[in-house]
Amino acid sequence: MIESILGSLLIGSIHSGTPLLYATLGEVFDERAGIVNLGLEGVMLMGAVAGFITTVQTGNAALGILAAALAGGLFNLFFGFLVITRKANQLASGLAMMFCGVGLSALVGARFIGSKIQGLNEIRLPFLSDLPFLGRVLFNHDLLVYMALPLAFLVWWVFFFTRWGLSLRAVGENPTAAFAAGKNPQVLQYQALFIAGLLAGIAGAHLSLALAKTWSEWMTAGRGFIAVALVIFSKWHPLWAVVGALLFGGAIALQLQLQALGVPISSFLLDMLPYLLSLGVLAIWGRSRRHAAPASLGQVFRGTE
Amino acid sequence: MSRKRLFLSGKLLPILAGLALALGFGFSDAALAQGKLKVGIIHIGSITDGGYNQAHSDGVAVMKKNLPNVEVIQVENVPEGADAERVMENMIKQGATLIFAASFGYLDPALRVAKKFPDVKFCHPGGYKRAPNLTTYWARTPEAFYLMGIAAGKTTKTHKLGYVVALPISFFLANVNAFHLGARSVNPKVETRIVFTGTFLDPAKEATAANALLDLGIDVLGVIVDSPITVVQIAEKRGAYSVGFHYLGAQKFAPKGWISGVAFTWGELYTQFGKQVMDGTWKSESILGNLGSNLLTIAPFGPAVPADAANLVNETKKVFIEEKKHVFAGPIKDNKGTERVKANEHWSLDNLGKMDWLVEGIIGQPK
Repeated sequence: MIESILGSLLIGSIHSGTPLLYATLGEVFDERAGIVNLGLEGVMLMGAVAGFITTVQTGNAALGILAAALAGGLFNLFFGFLVITRKANQLASGLAMMFCGVGLSALVGARFIGSKIQGLNEIRLPFLSDLPFLGRVLFNHDLLVYMALPLAFLVWWVFFFTRWGLSLRAVGENPTAAFAAGKNPQVLQYQALFIAGLLAGIAGAHLSLALAKTWSEWMTAGRGFIAVALVIFSKWHPLWAVVGALLFGGAIALQLQLQALGVPISSFLLDMLPYLLSLGVLAIWGRSRRHAAPASLGQVFRGTE
Repeated sequence: MSRKRLFLSGKLLPILAGLALALGFGFSDAALAQGKLKVGIIHIGSITDGGYNQAHSDGVAVMKKNLPNVEVIQVENVPEGADAERVMENMIKQGATLIFAASFGYLDPALRVAKKFPDVKFCHPGGYKRAPNLTTYWARTPEAFYLMGIAAGKTTKTHKLGYVVALPISFFLANVNAFHLGARSVNPKVETRIVFTGTFLDPAKEATAANALLDLGIDVLGVIVDSPITVVQIAEKRGAYSVGFHYLGAQKFAPKGWISGVAFTWGELYTQFGKQVMDGTWKSESILGNLGSNLLTIAPFGPAVPADAANLVNETKKVFIEEKKHVFAGPIKDNKGTERVKANEHWSLDNLGKMDWLVEGIIGQPK
């Protein structure tokens, strides 16, 4: 019984955590390039709706993921145009892009509400999926769950072990210095924003294609903003993002599990659990985070003027 | 004060009043003469949600079809509170004389605006307070949920039922209570577990909640959120049965496990309201439609429901329509052991808004 409940909780954590992880990794790209993207929620929604529509039309969830990534990437490039080329304020532009994404995705998706898709289903792995307990908890998931952890390591490798990653981090810290070293900060920022959009779009697709298998307006329900917070939680580090996403997703799964088990605590209190957890972590580790942020985060680069 | 000025003001006032009449009332007279009616409706969510809000929007669409002279102003995603008041006043300024405040939380804002504009008619779903120009309307959903419970109690194999519910508000508690009582009436062994997602729309969270319930061996899942699609789909995928709400099209997501579902159908009532406002017969009422009314629709049964269950449901439905049976007939204890309804008494469906407890046998927290 306990094993079954624990398994259920772990699966729930992985389900809730996966879209958060993709979105958080996306925001890490944004912010490592020095750009705060509060429009992440909108990017996720564009991904969710594009992925859903494509899957309805083609019957192919893999094409859906591809479309979701591209939609997210392009939407984020437009944000890039505002804040990189037009040098608009990042916070204001981000919020505007968020509402724009909410509205645009609702408009495009309206016709597809109530459409039925097969979606993204679990893939059983030979041998591994047959393991007792672990097989059920770790190896009975969809493609995007399997890809999430290796992707976090890939992002980590790109940031800290490649020349491009070094340049990108330099842009986030001090674009003028990067410029002086012969890098074009704006090009690097556009590249980072495109990748961020791809990832946030996939996060949206995981919601609409794998978890909910439906499209409804604003179905991200604030996950884009949670991801922005998780970036701070994870000190702008892709591997800490895994921990953050799993913890936060785990808190959501835990509170639902506790309700199902009939624990005599108000559902209103339980619903606060993920947020209380985040507050607690920030309060305990708050000081050490101050220096972790990219030094030029949120600032407009005017170096070439 | 000079005589001249007095004379002027004396003369001017009627002219001004006449002008005002010509401008304001004159137009509305002309509009009335042609039988035109402007209707405003505010929604808490999106009218394409495949659920609660869409049902209201569909109702207005039916009214518009039946009454071609009706013009509709719809505003979606209106927050409850001061924003709702502003939007309603704006609609009235645009000429709306019939306002639908289509969410439970719009009751107080609507009452405040109704007081300011006594000539405008207001309609509110589920409200427990009225005004001379504010009608409330709802349907006896617990009776329908009781029937769903009978079907579920006869269909379940594990005797474990579950409900994914948005928020612990009285109407929803009453529905789940009724569902459990219906199930228990045919299957004394059943238990019902309830999980609140804390929001009307978060399909991914609904999915996690549904999975948590199914992992505990539940084989019938009901759902009270904006749109039942996600929960019904997950139940089907995992070989469980499901009961829908708000959107009967959800049946196509569960060809095997669908038990049945309940939905509001507002079209005829809204048409009636529109007609009444146009011919001046509208009056403030408290409407509570029963299973025989056209306000509630029960979906066809799915293949999993045994034939005797379907028969029993239809019989019980008749008894409810004839008002020979109460859903909440005592004695009823809540799930903390307190007696809530005494033997030989019943909890009136007019008091639904005050139900803040869960029936014995339901595992969950009502607050």
